Amino acid sequence: MLSKYIFYFLSSVAIYAALMVLISKKPIHSVLYLTLAFFAIAGHYILLNAQFLAVVHIIVYAGAIMVLFLFTVMLLNLNIEGEFPKKNIIKFAAVIVGGLILITLIGTFRTYDLEIIKNPTLNQIGLVKNLGKVLFKEYLLPFELCSILFLAAMVGAVMLGKKDIQ
Amino acid sequence: MPDAVQNLQMIPLNDYIFFCSALFAIGIIGVLIKRNALVIFMSVELMLNSANLLLAAFSAYRNDPAGQIFVFFIMVVAAAEVAIGLALLVMIYRSTHSIDINALNKLKW
Amino acid sequence: MDYSFIIYKFTLATVILIISLVVAMYATLIERKMAGFFQDRHGPNRAGKFGILQPLADGLKLFFKEEFMPQSADKFLYILGPSLTMLIALLTSAVIPWGSSIVIGGTEYSLQIADINIGILYVFAILSIGVYGIMIGGWASNNKYALIGAIRAASQMISYELAMGMAIITIVMMTGTLSLGEIVAQQHGFNWNVWYQPLGFFLFLVCAFAETNRAPFDLPECETELVGGYHTEYSSMKLGFYLFAEYINMFISAAMISSLYFGGYNFPFMDDLGLSHNALSLLGSLAFFVKITFFGFLFMWVRWTLPRFRYDQLMRLGWKTLIPLAIVNVIITGLVLMIKNHM
Repeated sequence: MLSKYIFYFLSSVAIYAALMVLISKKPIHSVLYLTLAFFAIAGHYILLNAQFLAVVHIIVYAGAIMVLFLFTVMLLNLNIEGEFPKKNIIKFAAVIVGGLILITLIGTFRTYDLEIIKNPTLNQIGLVKNLGKVLFKEYLLPFELCSILFLAAMVGAVMLGKKDIQ
Repeated sequence: MPDAVQNLQMIPLNDYIFFCSALFAIGIIGVLIKRNALVIFMSVELMLNSANLLLAAFSAYRNDPAGQIFVFFIMVVAAAEVAIGLALLVMIYRSTHSIDINALNKLKW
Repeated sequence: MDYSFIIYKFTLATVILIISLVVAMYATLIERKMAGFFQDRHGPNRAGKFGILQPLADGLKLFFKEEFMPQSADKFLYILGPSLTMLIALLTSAVIPWGSSIVIGGTEYSLQIADINIGILYVFAILSIGVYGIMIGGWASNNKYALIGAIRAASQMISYELAMGMAIITIVMMTGTLSLGEIVAQQHGFNWNVWYQPLGFFLFLVCAFAETNRAPFDLPECETELVGGYHTEYSSMKLGFYLFAEYINMFISAAMISSLYFGGYNFPFMDDLGLSHNALSLLGSLAFFVKITFFGFLFMWVRWTLPRFRYDQLMRLGWKTLIPLAIVNVIITGLVLMIKNHM
């Protein structure tokens, strides 16, 4: 019973924070609200018994990506309120588009009876041991490719960040 | 921890789908209504995260670790995307002194 | 889930919280005493015997100071900054094993609040979000010194996190577990990790100095260039929180170093004493605190001995020395483990 309440609490926090990302005028508030949303999602991972995923999520998103965002905001000193607003008609249309997508998704899945496997070993798959076995046996090639992608991204970021390249 | 398993079963999987759809829709709206490139990036992150959570939920409910592995790959791609994206953003800021993406509607600078 | 379990965990958490706070409080006094010793003077000695009440006097003074907030500051974030710093500083102590276990009435009570099986990653996660408090505080002050201090702090912490993480990875490779309780339990007796990982220990120590923003890496609050760094605009207890969090971080870092590399609650010849389990646990906890005290002393010793680095030197040290060394360390450890497993 408790986990149900936790689920609804975390969901409402995440959705509130996600909405505030869009509503906030200052970029730094958006960044911090998004961090809050990420923490709520980390809570969801723990609820799903995927502790490893939750911790990695916090390390990667809250610890690296959002700090990078925060860093950019500070470095560029973006403190201007209400900058470059779009036309109201465009905003209105955008909200309608987003709402329609939401309605379509919910309408599609509402009556969908998803098959759920009730299995006592369910809580085991989120543990490091099991994930590691799957990752390094079945998905070794994608894993290596990911590291190459990372390396390329790092080199690219450094190249782009340099002021003048000969 | 047998409690945790039973607890998990009490939340219908559909609730996860609705929640993730809502997050995804908010992300789409964010990309459409904002002109601040930074906030657009953040909306993209939000969409990636909603997909992540849904993958993890399916993985837990279907007892298949592959879903969680894919979450890792998405995280890697997201981190690479942000590193490059923010570097580009800083470059744009240096040449236009603004992070308004509408300032980039000229091909020649 | 019975009530005695909840009460026991709650008591343990409260005790550890109080210990952290008291230790941090008296660390300020010890630091000032040490500074006095190194500079050939007495240090504080007016409040109580040997200045024993000085921390209380300092705390009281901070409470009665004027509550100041810059006009242009972002009010909410301005208060959020120090609170977040304090909160995050206190979070890590949950996974540190403060002792083995105590048996009361046939039930075994572990002296670790939460033995989660990914303890090390938890510590790493807390470490990586530790930068938020400083960045938010520095930004919300709306002051260029504070902003520069915050940016410096952030880039310093991000840079040294990498080397620190790679130093920890070698420990994980060696022990084959991510649980802190397990890692400490494996270092039974005198079988400490530092004998196998001297380079890793050194890297971890240097990075711990940088992560806690202590001298010689205290550039975020470097007073000759930045007035007070990220807490320039802070006063009263909000400033107190920032300063206090630094001491808590120091305490926790010392505890982490002791438990990762120096065996935590293990001490040499612990099996030969012939003591009962409970007495051995208490003695072990005492040994742990002796180790923590030594590393706390090391933090202060270095602060009052070495001059501050220049910022470019700091970055060069982090990226061009520590990270390559850490990678080399990982490779060597991997090779040795591979050879050992094939023999």
